[in-house]
Amino acid sequence: MTELLIREGPPDSSGTAPGSSVALPIPPTRRERLHRVLRFLGRRPGLVVASLVVLLVLVAAFAPGALAPGDPNVGVVADKLRPPSAAHLFGTDYLGRDVYTRVVHGASLSLQATVIAVAVALVVGGLLGLLAGFVGRWVDEALMRVVDVLLSIPAILLSLALITALGYGTIKVAIAVGVASVASFARVMRAETMRIRRSTYVEAARAVGTRRYVTLWRHVLPNAAGPVLVLAVLEFGLAILAVSSLSFLGYGAPPPAPEWGSLIAEGRNYLATSWWLCAMPGLTIAATVLSVNRISRALDGEWSRAR
Amino acid sequence: MNSILEVSGLDVGYRIAGGHIHAVRGASLTVREGEVVAVVGESGSGKSTLAQAVIGLLPGNGAIEGGSIRLGGSADTTELTALSEKAFRAVRGRRIGLVPQDPTVSLNPVQRVGVQVGEVLRVHGLADKRSARLKAVELLARAGLPDPEVRAGQYPHELSGGMRQRVLIAIAIAARPGLIIADEPTSALDATVQRRILDHLDALRAETGTAMLLITHDLGVAADRADRVVVMSGGRIVEEGPVDRILADPADPYTRTLVAAAPGLSAPPAPRIPPQPSGRPIVQVSGLTKDFPLPRLQGRRGVLRAVDEVSFDIARGETLALVGESGSGKSTTARLVLRLADPTAGEIRFDGADITRVKGRNWRELRRRAQLVYQNPYASLDPRFSVEEVVTEPLRAFGVGSPAERRARAAELVGRVALPASVLARRPVELSGGQRQRIAVARALALSPDLVVCDEPVSALDVSVQAQVLALLEELQTDQGLAYLFISHDLAVVRRIAHRVGVMREGRLLELRPTEELFTDPREDYTRELLGAIAGRRHATEAA
Amino acid sequence: MSAPGTLPRYLLRRLGTAVAVLWAAYTVSFVVLYLLPGDPVTTMASGGLDGEPLTPEQIEALKAQYGFDKPLIVQYGTRLWAALHGDLGASIQNGQDVRGAILEALPPTVQIAIGGLLVAVVLGGGLAIAATYTSQRWLRQLLMALPSLAVSLPVFWVGLMLVQVFAFGLHWLPSVGASGFPALVLPSLTLGLPMGALLAQVLAKSLTTVLDEPYVQTARAKGVGRAAIHVRHALQNAAIPALTVLGYVAGNLLAGTVVVETVFTRPGLGRLTVQAVGVQDIPLVQGVVLFASLVFVGVNLLVDLIYPVLDPRIAKGVPATS
Repeated sequence: MTELLIREGPPDSSGTAPGSSVALPIPPTRRERLHRVLRFLGRRPGLVVASLVVLLVLVAAFAPGALAPGDPNVGVVADKLRPPSAAHLFGTDYLGRDVYTRVVHGASLSLQATVIAVAVALVVGGLLGLLAGFVGRWVDEALMRVVDVLLSIPAILLSLALITALGYGTIKVAIAVGVASVASFARVMRAETMRIRRSTYVEAARAVGTRRYVTLWRHVLPNAAGPVLVLAVLEFGLAILAVSSLSFLGYGAPPPAPEWGSLIAEGRNYLATSWWLCAMPGLTIAATVLSVNRISRALDGEWSRAR
Repeated sequence: MNSILEVSGLDVGYRIAGGHIHAVRGASLTVREGEVVAVVGESGSGKSTLAQAVIGLLPGNGAIEGGSIRLGGSADTTELTALSEKAFRAVRGRRIGLVPQDPTVSLNPVQRVGVQVGEVLRVHGLADKRSARLKAVELLARAGLPDPEVRAGQYPHELSGGMRQRVLIAIAIAARPGLIIADEPTSALDATVQRRILDHLDALRAETGTAMLLITHDLGVAADRADRVVVMSGGRIVEEGPVDRILADPADPYTRTLVAAAPGLSAPPAPRIPPQPSGRPIVQVSGLTKDFPLPRLQGRRGVLRAVDEVSFDIARGETLALVGESGSGKSTTARLVLRLADPTAGEIRFDGADITRVKGRNWRELRRRAQLVYQNPYASLDPRFSVEEVVTEPLRAFGVGSPAERRARAAELVGRVALPASVLARRPVELSGGQRQRIAVARALALSPDLVVCDEPVSALDVSVQAQVLALLEELQTDQGLAYLFISHDLAVVRRIAHRVGVMREGRLLELRPTEELFTDPREDYTRELLGAIAGRRHATEAA
Repeated sequence: MSAPGTLPRYLLRRLGTAVAVLWAAYTVSFVVLYLLPGDPVTTMASGGLDGEPLTPEQIEALKAQYGFDKPLIVQYGTRLWAALHGDLGASIQNGQDVRGAILEALPPTVQIAIGGLLVAVVLGGGLAIAATYTSQRWLRQLLMALPSLAVSLPVFWVGLMLVQVFAFGLHWLPSVGASGFPALVLPSLTLGLPMGALLAQVLAKSLTTVLDEPYVQTARAKGVGRAAIHVRHALQNAAIPALTVLGYVAGNLLAGTVVVETVFTRPGLGRLTVQAVGVQDIPLVQGVVLFASLVFVGVNLLVDLIYPVLDPRIAKGVPATS
């Protein structure tokens, strides 16, 4: 077959081009691209703030000492239940422990659980959806019925059933939350896979002789990755909420450990007198989830639409 | 005669992310009472924006930035640009009627059509609830809808596209406006339906002396229907004048290319000389039949016979065109020939070998020799691929050559379709429709096939770009002795490119004849009807 | 209605699906609760986290009592058969009939569920309609931003903050308890807010899409006013996705009460669930899960019945493209 590669002379790159129809748009230079990114961000201060919040939370999760050098479990009893001040940004709790330090150190446990939950949902749900969407027929039918059933049990109850079976603890809570959102991932992944599998360009690839599994790898996966990634980021926010709910109900790490949800549960007893015990960890959760959702929205085509 | 619409120095702009687009620049035009003025232009020329500005329905990010629009008429003259939203409401529907572009999506799907027609009368206080219902039936009858009483009680999804367009016409004429704006009123319909509906609209209009502003991309339609033509390009009006003058003696260079490219208007092209038959045909199809199962109705499962006992041959180096309206089975036939779908009955031979049931390896081998160019170049190219990846995909699939050789071959192929080699690094989204279709052709040629099936390859493109792509296809055929199976609904395009033409209707091949013979001496009534519906033809014959 | 018989068939099919889903939900909960930890009696017998371990004889007796000494498939069969007759077994904590326990805990939960649904529909629907109706850009953007803010807040925290402000700060409403109408306000608000936010997001998005449809343009070209377009053309077309979400929301009300009843220390199904999970009372947890999916399936069956009323294409089996 190599003869066809050299059958004709070198390609004529410009001579045969008749006028206007081949005028190509000029590709942007690196400088222009940088300028475009800056302008995009400049118009979206909210997105910039969201990215900074997520960055801070990540630092808190991996190097809590950098943001709050103190020990989260040691307090000065004389300083108990102090409102927020310069010395204690988020105030102190009933044992005189610094709430800010506890929130920062709590990020690690809460985020760990969230990451595990999203990973479980993404991997299991993604694979199920890919299988259903790509193989089709009875495999699709069977898997989607299972998904329907999972969706018909409210997520938090499914998580509670799993916790009943598995027991308490951060990791178990994480798995319970992850399993409960497998179904929605499977659904999105299936829909994306089907959409792309039936797209004209995949048929075109098949029509030029590309094998089925090659189209899966080269066309379906790369094109489905985007929407699924957006969902994963969105799910990250939901998982933070779900994990903190279960932790609030008392199914997470045992007491001295600072989890975001259990911090609020502790503060609940002092609600009438010390508002900051609940408000501050809650605001931290809200800020994190809001930021994650904002980033998810930006990923969901805002950039490509802005061009 | 008095003028009913006077647009002068109109500027319309759109606010978009990070900028501003000038869609219409300094446009001026006049429509006199009872007159039909066509605004012709390609996509992006600003013709639709102009229409939207006149009826006050610009999208939220669009605004009139200068100039004036005066709506006249026997009674009084209104400056539309100065009207409040509320005051404009009394104008829309009452003094200006709109026939929208796509009838399949322009009616409220959850409301009975009679109610939708009656609504115009009720908003403008021309009828109460009960009389609106009666008048709606009357209007539907006037719009040429059979059984108007029954139709009035039906939902849009129970009507065909052509019937829905008649409902929309009934809505437009209901309040007897002095001006109707028709925005590409029939481009979503089949040619024969299109012709009947436009004829009917013409008759209604002539009866009441209503003026019409006809927005169209098709110079042929404009030539057939309009008294005067306004040509738009890049937001400006480049030329304006009576139809005959514009067609016979276009002054602006852009109008000249448009007139030259409009397939129905120019003199019939010189018949293409078919290649000398040499050896056996590349494709032999006999008794080809395809059934699709229908959804179960009343407990019985019916089948839809999409292709019914179709037989034809394609010689090497020949272009065989299959024409027909939507649902005629022409695209299904093409997919069967390529074995992208399985036939129910019949036989397909490719270069002598029976491929009717080939599977697996042999099916894949067929891909080397028979290729497909799709209708929509926006959908048939993976948006994540670079052009080089697109063009070399067939080579990779069959493991042809080393990466370096493939790159060289890709450069050669894009050169063959008259694109510069620098295009290889681009992604499809960065290219225009015509450029993308060239890329799709280059991909089809990568394995040097014997047969290329072109499924409506130019119908998604602007007319001037269509002409270029057709010329390219002809040139490639001459160079490489390709055979084409060319699927199209557009007879003017087919006349230009095909050696032989087959007319399909409801799955059957009615007649298959050399192109010139078919066009000059059609045997079937249906073929005659199709030929009669070619836009621009009426004008061409009158002039002759 | 040119094709009689299609509508009943549509309903019959929906009903069949509902029954199948219930059966499957039973199976899933059986698998999760009875198979996962290996030996449920040991888990149950440990009495949760803080119970005393039992002697082997006691465990054997328990196993016999609950039928755990039989093969799993037999257990599954007998339990499913019993469940079909409304017998969900007995609670491990106090031997009470599970069905009785659930029905007993139901009334206070139903009160806040209805309250929450009202809050969700009124706030969510109202917000979506207001946001798409206003022609003020800034107001629209502000209204559209509210739901995405609301879904980002932890529900339990919102409840606590409401208590903080309205009970402890302003002394308008009681902070805890289940007596009288005032005690219903804060829990209903807490339960309804996130669901209303979800509803508002979907309805607003759907309305925005519909308002861009060509048929709305046709209506505008007739000279129909803004309000009439919203009422006569947009709402009915936009209602289908919103109704789907409403079905989902209503089906998930029970789940929401788990957190809300804990925050407000109200008795009810949610609290019962939390307690059951705390002592790993497997039959009771399974009972609640089953009851929740029964409610979910029932609500969605109702929603399926409303679809054809809203969109004539559904009754005829024509795929609705909107």
